[in-house]
Amino acid sequence: MTQRDPSQRKSGEPRVESGEPPRSDLPARDSPLTTRHSPLRAADRGDDSAPLAHHFASLRQQSDAARLGMWIFLVTEILFFGGLFCVYAVYRANRPEVFVDGHHFLSTPLGAGNTVVLIASSLTMALAVRSAQLGRRAALVGLLGVTLLCGLAFLTVKAVEYKQKWDHRLVPGQARIASWFSGGAASPQGSAAARDQFRPDLQYVKEHLEPAGPGNLTEAQWARRVDNLRSFMGIYFALTALHALHVLIGLGVIGWLLVGASRGRFGPRRFTPVDLVGLYWHLVDMIWIYLFPLLYLIH
Amino acid sequence: MQQASHPTTPPSDCPETTLAHVVPVRVLLSVFAALVVLTVVTVSVSYFNLGALNLLVALGVATTKATLVALYFMHLRYDNALHAVIFLIGVAFLALFLVITMLDTIQYQPDVQSYQQGIR
Amino acid sequence: MTKTATAADSYLRDPRGLKSWLLTQDHKRIGLMFLVLISLAFTLGATFALLIRTELTLPGPTIISSPRTYNHLFTLHGAVMIFLFVLPVIPASFGNFMLPIMLGAKDVAFPRLNLASLYFYAAGMLFFLLVLVLGGLDTGWTFYPPYSEQTPAAVVLAVVGAFILGFSAIFTGINFLVTLHTMRPPGMGWFRMPLFLWGLYGTAIIQILATPVLAITLLLLGAERVLDIDIFRRDPVLFQHFFWFYSHPAVYIMILPAMGVVSEVISVFSRKHIFGYRFIAYSSIAIALIGFLVWGHHMFVSGQSKLVGMIFSALTFAVAIPSAIKVFNWLATMYRGAIGLAPPMCFALNFIFLFGLGGLTGLFLGSLATNVQVHDTSFVVAHFHYTMAGGVLMGFLSALHYWWPKITGRMYSLSWGQITALIILIGFNLTYFPQFIIGARGMPRRYFDYSRLLEAHPEFTFYQIISTVGGYLFVGGLVLVAVNMIRSLFVGRRAPANPWGAATLEWECASPPPRENFASPPPVGDCYDFDGLEYDEQIRGYVKLP
Repeated sequence: MTQRDPSQRKSGEPRVESGEPPRSDLPARDSPLTTRHSPLRAADRGDDSAPLAHHFASLRQQSDAARLGMWIFLVTEILFFGGLFCVYAVYRANRPEVFVDGHHFLSTPLGAGNTVVLIASSLTMALAVRSAQLGRRAALVGLLGVTLLCGLAFLTVKAVEYKQKWDHRLVPGQARIASWFSGGAASPQGSAAARDQFRPDLQYVKEHLEPAGPGNLTEAQWARRVDNLRSFMGIYFALTALHALHVLIGLGVIGWLLVGASRGRFGPRRFTPVDLVGLYWHLVDMIWIYLFPLLYLIH
Repeated sequence: MQQASHPTTPPSDCPETTLAHVVPVRVLLSVFAALVVLTVVTVSVSYFNLGALNLLVALGVATTKATLVALYFMHLRYDNALHAVIFLIGVAFLALFLVITMLDTIQYQPDVQSYQQGIR
Repeated sequence: MTKTATAADSYLRDPRGLKSWLLTQDHKRIGLMFLVLISLAFTLGATFALLIRTELTLPGPTIISSPRTYNHLFTLHGAVMIFLFVLPVIPASFGNFMLPIMLGAKDVAFPRLNLASLYFYAAGMLFFLLVLVLGGLDTGWTFYPPYSEQTPAAVVLAVVGAFILGFSAIFTGINFLVTLHTMRPPGMGWFRMPLFLWGLYGTAIIQILATPVLAITLLLLGAERVLDIDIFRRDPVLFQHFFWFYSHPAVYIMILPAMGVVSEVISVFSRKHIFGYRFIAYSSIAIALIGFLVWGHHMFVSGQSKLVGMIFSALTFAVAIPSAIKVFNWLATMYRGAIGLAPPMCFALNFIFLFGLGGLTGLFLGSLATNVQVHDTSFVVAHFHYTMAGGVLMGFLSALHYWWPKITGRMYSLSWGQITALIILIGFNLTYFPQFIIGARGMPRRYFDYSRLLEAHPEFTFYQIISTVGGYLFVGGLVLVAVNMIRSLFVGRRAPANPWGAATLEWECASPPPRENFASPPPVGDCYDFDGLEYDEQIRGYVKLP
């Protein structure tokens, strides 16, 4: 799912066509709030004067509207991820056996490290918003840069974890994903071939489970444990991959902010885009704050 | 809820700092420290087996951390109350969905089990 | 002040050029483009409907030879109608067009997001067209697993299409909520807003809260088809919880704007202040909220537990109450009013009758014992057509006839408008009332061939024939509406600013409105006070008394 660029909810670009009669409800042409300033020209001058969209009466109204819009969007994100949390809750309540083995394959140190990294990135993002509000351009650029790096660190660790699972064939549907990349014959949609693809590296699985559980299990019992592991991995990947996708998109938008910040586009009268992206980023952090214990810490 | 003011006179330029509240650095750093400490706490607790309490502690800590992020990083504490209301409404509806779905799935497990036993 | 419409400076001509339309941020142009696209979607859905209807006329294969084809037909009819027509029809077209003008504003809060909403709608439509040619869809519009995971049909394409359409709805919802919260003019508190806007407010709340759950449901379903995830496979009822948590509130997304339209129209054409303004306003919010508490009533016989079934049944009775409150207030508005049967009013009256009937039959469905009898029968089909087509479609037609002069600057034939309303009323009832009867007697829905039922119920064929005759009459009426409207574009007289004598703000600007809607924000009064308006024979419209 492609995220909408959250900063598109900021002020609209003004349109001015020559030959239009002057409008009494807009500021005069020469005032700093005139709609004549294109962002590029403003950026060249290092000027953060915010264009006031024609349908808003004041900058205050415009920025308040943008912030309100962002909060409403965040609610949709909460409900979106919430569905996956519901899946987790339902399976945990009714099929606890799904979760018994799963955590052996997740690295708590890596998860904890990622948590701290993401929290740090939230801090730098909040500080960045503050810098934008106070017009401190260098600090803003620096802080956005650090946020970006933290986010990249997070994704790198995630990639390491995913690779670990991939190497031991613990990804549901791994065979099919591999066939997409190897250009092999793809199974037809919806056929039975999509199922029963979960054939993990049993040696690896047993190595990890044996110390914790009973030693000798029958074939059927192993099959059931693998089945449960598949369910766990499905939930794990659904949750973390969707979250990682949101992190990735967030990084893209932060990168866009970085470019704008280095051109001096943001300042006390125009920091709303930074603020909005910050809100989004904090929500992404919040989701991970819940994901981490639920997946890594509860046994 | 703000009443928008739409003057027929040209709009006035708002002083910079009133477009939104600026959160002090001190506050942000303290919140960060608290969040890290809480992370350490929740990881440490997970190494002990406390039964059902594990889940409660983990969720409790997570909720505390989330609240700190929402109040200070997302400046809900300083914002228009409407934002907090919107956020809470989202959480409330999620809770509604979770609770009733969980209630139902728990309730129908006996039916599922007897069905599965029937086919074996 | 009346303004004679000069098309040269209306939003239709200013600015000119294809690019200015494709990249427009003008809510009026976006609303109009939505109207066009949604009407096309309706035509597609109605074609499927006629095919289904014709097939069911006689038992056994009539025009379709295979049951699987029939499955495709009713699935596509449902999916296209619901996702591409009933859900967006009033908010995306008339909502977008009228909301800012009713607030005296120049546009919605986020015009570019509005344009994105339009493009996402078009993209979703494209995906559904792809589904048509690349494998079809035979799962029922409800996509229940495990079948939806196993069928070779183009489920993933459909799921992606619906996902994209969900975004269109969310963007509209965000825009409406923020515009209503932050861009009301001075003097227009929440309780001086037109009731149409209260309807849109309730709609937007549901769009925000419910649509994301559909999104995650579709995402997981798609993932299950493609990858070896088994969340819903191990628990199919869980899918139904997920699906209906969205899809029940979705029907309130559909009906609330239509109710908003009716509130406007009833008042204007009774020349009487709306009765019980606050009750109607609060009931819109109540419907939005209580609508989230009843989704399990679609699952009474699916394996849902008895305890939860009882809870949902009780709450379902509660959700009928705010709708009933609206009906009583509309009737009270009409009581001792000077009722004029202009076409918008005819369709609004159709709405009250048909939606009322449909809503009442919902009580049989919400009651656990009777639900067992009528679940998955034609009774359900009749119920939701009375509410969705008898409700939303009538609301849409009422809005169309009400706001057409404003949007296009042309008047259509009023007498033909009245005639078509009557034809549609008769045709509609002939189509769907028999389905209540045969449904209660056991005629299943989604059945291609009912010949085996004729032994016990030989009368089924008779009712099906009536239903088909009604269906063609109904569609015929709709075709006449289209003819009437399109004809007006060529030969209709130019519309005055306020042909109906309404007092909401959109009637103060020209028909069609100029690009900026208002040169300066208009003064706000009571939008249901008609005393200040007088009919001017010369322009055949209403003017404000000095």
